[in-house]
Amino acid sequence: MKILVCISHVPDTTSKINFTDNDTKFDTNGVQFVINPNDEFGLTRAMWFKEKQGATVHVANVGDASSEPTLRKALAIGADEAIRVDAPATDGYFVAKQLTKVAQDGGYDLIIAGRESIDYNGGMVPGMMAAMLGANFVNTCINLEIDGSDATAVREIDGGKESVKTSLPLVIGGQKGLVEESDLRIPNMRGIMMARKKPLHVVPADASEAHAATTSFEKPAPKGAVTMVDPENLDQLIDLLHNEAKVI
Amino acid sequence: MSVLVYTESEGGSFKKVALELTSYAKGVANATGGDVTAVSINGGNAADLGKYGADKVMEINDATLETFNAKNYAAALAQAAKAAGAKTVIVSSSANSKYLAPLLAVELGAAYAPNVVALPESTSPMKVKSTVYTNKAFAINELKTDVTVIGLAKNAYGLQENAGGAAASAFAVDLAGDNGVAVTAVDKATDKVTIADAEVVVSGGRGLKGPENWHLVEELAETLGAATACSKPVSDMGWRPHSEHVGQTGKPVASNLYIAIGISGAIQHLAGINSSKVKVVINTDPEAPFFKAADYGIVGDAFDVVPRLTEKLKQFKANNA
Repeated sequence: MKILVCISHVPDTTSKINFTDNDTKFDTNGVQFVINPNDEFGLTRAMWFKEKQGATVHVANVGDASSEPTLRKALAIGADEAIRVDAPATDGYFVAKQLTKVAQDGGYDLIIAGRESIDYNGGMVPGMMAAMLGANFVNTCINLEIDGSDATAVREIDGGKESVKTSLPLVIGGQKGLVEESDLRIPNMRGIMMARKKPLHVVPADASEAHAATTSFEKPAPKGAVTMVDPENLDQLIDLLHNEAKVI
Repeated sequence: MSVLVYTESEGGSFKKVALELTSYAKGVANATGGDVTAVSINGGNAADLGKYGADKVMEINDATLETFNAKNYAAALAQAAKAAGAKTVIVSSSANSKYLAPLLAVELGAAYAPNVVALPESTSPMKVKSTVYTNKAFAINELKTDVTVIGLAKNAYGLQENAGGAAASAFAVDLAGDNGVAVTAVDKATDKVTIADAEVVVSGGRGLKGPENWHLVEELAETLGAATACSKPVSDMGWRPHSEHVGQTGKPVASNLYIAIGISGAIQHLAGINSSKVKVVINTDPEAPFFKAADYGIVGDAFDVVPRLTEKLKQFKANNA
């Protein structure tokens, strides 16, 4: 089984979000970039398929050279090969289009992408890839088993979960649950040394137009001061929630 | 220039989000000119959508759509959008709509803008404002395609009554028999409010000291008709299921009222709950960062404050019933 894990290169979850150039660009100053958490759960599940079922694991990213440390980290965790499509990730459609080309060229059985990236939160890349590839698709996937060309998966739905049966080729929108937080791997020295020798191919982007462009960013308006309520005067809280906030 | 809106239903009646989406679609239609066409799949009473501005309702009743399947639902909506000549298609942020929207966008050759928080900034070109960086910022996105799919963020617009004719007509769809993904089991508590739909969410953190104390959260939630949620450490320790984890890598919350008990307010947690309108924080530590993000705060011990608050709210509910 040949697995492609799509990796988004995103600011670490603790990052302070700021913008430069008249609020048109993300300010990378002092920001640490990581593998998108939803993708990392998928990568870790892919490693399980590699170790238990003899799969090969390939990772791909659409981005400029600044994404390479993130791809090297994926190699250090254990992926066999990395592919970087050399183009800025302008919008979800463009990224899906580029990754679809990578998927078609590589002939993968299983494609795992995070259900969304934690920067743009678009949540469209796995679905669009599935549609473009004509592959089966399970989103918000919290459990995945593969047996030959059959797959069983569990999907998170609003207020519960749903078990499904499907088959390869398959695209997964992954998240926590594919593996547990405690299963995530920190690359060891041997992994880091080996990652340096593993192939990282840079391929040109195919000519396709983005569907959307971000013209500017805004930060949320500063919040008013908190109203503190005495724990001995809970009637005041109820009064505030009822008459001022009007939420009860 | 028809605006098409996918109005979700459950158990034969429209979900509240369907009414909110119809209200929003009417707002978009007012800006673009044209009418609002709702698409209902095995749904409720079309007149309910008329109150919020639907001019037409395309009713799809098809046995293959009895249970949700993203591929078939997306195909049905695409056929409806093409038949209606829709330029803008509005979908919600429910798990199902987020599942089908990218498939629908590809089918229509449309740009898809998810997590949109307001009416378009302009309609020609179409420019919309969305949350990005998990609610830490907004982006203005220009959509460059002729047809666009807009995903409205949870609880972002509210209900607005509008006069609409809601002329209902049946719409027949042509679907492939095999959709590739077959549901074998559904595990869903039907008697509980879900975090996605809840107007009030009560959430607990490590300050509650252990899963055995969760009755405090549950009793308060029950009194308020609220959903229960938890912080990341609580789900990581297995005190509560992952499905209750709210925050940057968990579920987003966009309720009217969010009550956080014993949660310090890590930046990742705050990102996930930022879209909630009113936040109440109960914590023993006056320095907890959550107080800076709160509207109302109580410095106090959850074991003392929460049971008393629950009692008082019960009285309040009884008096205001």
